[in-house]
Amino acid sequence: MRQRLVVIGNGMAGARTVEEILARNGDFDITMFGDEPYGNYNRIMLSNVLAGIEDESGIFLNDLSWYAENGVTLHTGVRINRIDRYARMVYGSDGSATGYDKLVIATGSSAFVPPIKGAHVPGRGYHQGVFVFRTLDDTRAMIRYAREHSRAVVIGGGLLGLEAARGLQNHLGHVTLVHAAGHLMNTQLNAAAGRTLQTTIEQKLGIDVVVNGMTTEILGKHAVAGVKLADGTVIDCDVVVVAAGIRPNTEVAAVSGLVVERGIVVDDYMRAQDEEDIYVVGECAQHRGQVYGLVAPLWEQAKVLATNVCAPNVSAPNVSPTNVGGPNVGGTNVSGPNVSETNVGATYHGSQVATKLKVAGVDVASMGLSAPERDDDELLEFAEPKRGIYKNVIVRDGRLVGATLVGDNGKALALIKAFEKGLPLPDNRAELLFDLGGPATEESVADMPDDEQVCNCNGVSKGDLKACVDGGCKTVSGCMDATRAGKGCGTCKPLVQRIVEWANGGSVEEDPAASYYVPGVPMPKSELMAAIRQHELKSVSSVFATLGGDEDAKSKMGLASLLKMMWGADYIDERDARFINDRVHANIQRDGTFSVVPQMKGGVTTPADLKRIAEVAERHGVPMVKLTGGQRIDLLGIPKEKLPQVWADLDMPSGYAYAKSFRTVKTCVGSDFCRFGVGDSTALGIALEERYQGIEGPGKMKLAVTGCPRNCAEAYVKDLGVVAIDGGKWELYVGGAAGAHVRKGDLLATVSSPEEVIVLTGRFLQYYRESGNWLERTYAWVPRVGIEHIRAVVVDDAEGKAAALDAAMDAAVGAYKDPWKERAEPATPGQFRTSLPLTVLPQVPVRA
Amino acid sequence: MKPIGSVHDIPLGEGRTFAIDGRMIAVFRLRDGSVRALSAVCPHKGGPLADGQIDLKQVVCPLHLYAWDLSTGCSLSGQEPVTSFPVRIDDDQLFVEV
Ligand SMILES: Cc1cc2nc3c(=O)[nH]c(=O)nc-3n(C[C@H](O)[C@H](O)[C@H](O)COP(=O)(O)OP(=O)(O)OC[C@H]3O[C@@H](n4cnc5c(N)ncnc54)[C@H](O)[C@@H]3O)c2cc1C
Ligand code: HEM
Ligand code: SF4
Ligand code: FES
Repeated sequence: MRQRLVVIGNGMAGARTVEEILARNGDFDITMFGDEPYGNYNRIMLSNVLAGIEDESGIFLNDLSWYAENGVTLHTGVRINRIDRYARMVYGSDGSATGYDKLVIATGSSAFVPPIKGAHVPGRGYHQGVFVFRTLDDTRAMIRYAREHSRAVVIGGGLLGLEAARGLQNHLGHVTLVHAAGHLMNTQLNAAAGRTLQTTIEQKLGIDVVVNGMTTEILGKHAVAGVKLADGTVIDCDVVVVAAGIRPNTEVAAVSGLVVERGIVVDDYMRAQDEEDIYVVGECAQHRGQVYGLVAPLWEQAKVLATNVCAPNVSAPNVSPTNVGGPNVGGTNVSGPNVSETNVGATYHGSQVATKLKVAGVDVASMGLSAPERDDDELLEFAEPKRGIYKNVIVRDGRLVGATLVGDNGKALALIKAFEKGLPLPDNRAELLFDLGGPATEESVADMPDDEQVCNCNGVSKGDLKACVDGGCKTVSGCMDATRAGKGCGTCKPLVQRIVEWANGGSVEEDPAASYYVPGVPMPKSELMAAIRQHELKSVSSVFATLGGDEDAKSKMGLASLLKMMWGADYIDERDARFINDRVHANIQRDGTFSVVPQMKGGVTTPADLKRIAEVAERHGVPMVKLTGGQRIDLLGIPKEKLPQVWADLDMPSGYAYAKSFRTVKTCVGSDFCRFGVGDSTALGIALEERYQGIEGPGKMKLAVTGCPRNCAEAYVKDLGVVAIDGGKWELYVGGAAGAHVRKGDLLATVSSPEEVIVLTGRFLQYYRESGNWLERTYAWVPRVGIEHIRAVVVDDAEGKAAALDAAMDAAVGAYKDPWKERAEPATPGQFRTSLPLTVLPQVPVRA
Repeated sequence: MKPIGSVHDIPLGEGRTFAIDGRMIAVFRLRDGSVRALSAVCPHKGGPLADGQIDLKQVVCPLHLYAWDLSTGCSLSGQEPVTSFPVRIDDDQLFVEV
């Protein structure tokens, strides 16, 4: 029988250990238990998720398919409560009992919440509005809550607290950091460095910092109202994040009789003290009195553990009779208690750890001591507080034993290396702190051993990077994506770059991926358009076949939009390239039904149309009828199969409320009725919508026309907004937004007639269609390209493009067909067939 | 294996839902002509997977754009897997094993 290996904890250490075991061809039936409901993700990247730099889906290291592919049985959402060391069983929160031959404990740590009054609600866990920052679920909950609130207090001014504070700024307006000690990051930094950092955090990031602030109480009964400090100060807030440290998860080990001090005590083989078959790895392990709170040590621990657990002859001397005879025992080495000592190859001797703050624009790196300890320790110190710079190095017996860099991480990589490896130091010690010119002292990457770790955050070695390049990945960011090197704190990026260059034989391809129009075709938009024209590619599948290689689901919609814009009536419309909304000309809702928004030009309607809409709503039992923000009427909850009938009964054109296209023109009543109106905004709005209805583009285009600068139609915050001003003139604002992003549009031009407005609108929209990136709304495109440049092209025709833009727009306008006419005959088999489950999930509540 | 209809009921590159033995199964016809079958309900929040966009590897749910492997049903974005079912084409007829 194969030996059974059970792993408790499916975090970074547990999953990495299993990877290392698989890499050594360990012959085990592996079962993992993880408290969290996911595969293994990169916890350190939660800071980047909170800060909006990284997408949630990008942080998974092992998704669920990885476990299946490697024959690992994973029980997510199951907590192990107890180990029976004698029966060799683990007992799970789901009532399961699982036997093991070898056990690995990798339970990590939990957030530590000091006893603060009001942090907990009796019987209900944390007060709503109080969060810790440890798991993906914590992060999601924090983001969700923060978005709807405005002032946060972060308790704890260490690495985690600083990263939390910075990340929260992404979601709400005001963040205060309260730190109990006298200066920030006091475990890593001395007072001078901490004060320099504080100034930077306050001035550069706009985070308020309170030091010597002991939080005693969280105020507010139902919702958080503030925090109270020991000196009586009250800080108003509606969100509290506690980042006051971590505690190893040792309960399961302790109740099961293992030796637990601060962590679960292990020997140099990463085995729990006095246990032959129980191993411990990661933050829950205490090795030689040391408990770590960073990932770098766990990469080393995982290797040692895997080597030992896979060593064929290392079995417990007291093998139970049932196990004797198994393929892994039967050896000759099962003898005295020292047997493992002689047979176990690998030992762990502790790690030297360096840390870096992952806050964009605020450089902090620290390692080892923060101040000299012995009389003969050498200290070099440099401070330039005005520029936010503090650096020091501490040297003992010719070796680096500590270094701090604040505000300038230029030397971080070299120092971390000297520190971790105990390298000899330059005689001119100043070279440790500054680049003094002269020949570069950089070690040649060619001489680095293959197994030397380059990225400590993600445990990537030089060999991994080389293999990635050899495997065909030629760009730095491609290798970074594939191996995740450089994706944690970022310190190693320069080295990753040099290694990738070296592995490529000295050159490296420019990394254009960021500028691709869609991820699946490696070209920026202008180049892609040229290639499409050159090869006359008129369908999405031909683009993949000719330019992209593999078809990519996530690129189809963007390509369809682009091709339609470029070829108009000649575009070969492959329906599968369309997103569902565009296949059925309606907007999919959370329960799989659709919304139907008929066109209502300029938001102007008639009693007859209203009656018709009302009748249709009644006849079809429409669950909700709602006015949209775009001044029309939305019929929500229409099943797909009913769409053609609803359109037929309405007999009105589509309002395009589902596409990446021209949406609506909001208007105010303007000079027709309004006492203040100076221009006929409704007539102009209707004319604009009449002409540009249904035009597709890289993003939605929402317009408005308002009859005077009082701006009731909110024209300043539209993709294109028109404002009537005195004297019969009209102002055109572009690049405005008032959705998740709020931006006042830039004034493009002031013109004297509605006709000019219509022409400039068409030209502007066409220029956006041709140059905007996929899903780049005008509020991003206008500032990227620059309003001056857009004005030069669109208004002044400085590049001589105006006529071509106008002609292209004319063609697009001419090609307009109301998609709701496509209803007598489905365009594809089963176009309107339901895709819904038999039982409708999850129901949208129906309002009476 | 149960016959569920003609392969031409599914446009190339799209998916359609079929009710088979009381289960809803999304069958996809890939652009290389092959077919795949997955449980029709997105494990994330119940989205209709047959309405998703596909390529030769994955289906992207239309509601929140998480992706699943068409062959294995495993999530490519850290979600729960969906069940995958054996499916084949015989003389233009689709057969699914539930
Ligand atoms: C926001 C954030 C940023 C960070 N940034 C950095 C950084 O920049 N650099 C750095 O080096 N480190 C950083 N860290 C620390 C790093 O993430 C940890 O050192 C690392 O995750 C430890 O790995 P682990 O496997 O020991 O623990 P974890 O990753 O916590 O994994 C333990 C897992 O075990 C599960 N578990 C616990 N008990 C049980 C049980 N009884 N039964 C079943 N499952 C159980 C837990 O739910 C968890 O999923 C950061 C941490 C956070 C939270
Ligand atoms: C899947 C997600 C979304 C759906 C289903 C959706 C749907 C809609 C619909 C149907 C309307 C009415 C529009 C009309 O009458 O034409 C609308 C209006 C609006 N939407 Fe969205 N929307 C979504 C995402 C967003 C996002 C991400 C933003 C912000 C960035 C946004 C901002 C707005 C605004 C500001 C309006 C008012 C428009 C106006 O006043 O003209 N929507 N949305
Ligand atoms: S606009 Fe859409 S996504 Fe935004 S809150 Fe309303 S329903 Fe939700
Ligand atoms: S319901 Fe499918 S991704 Fe959310």
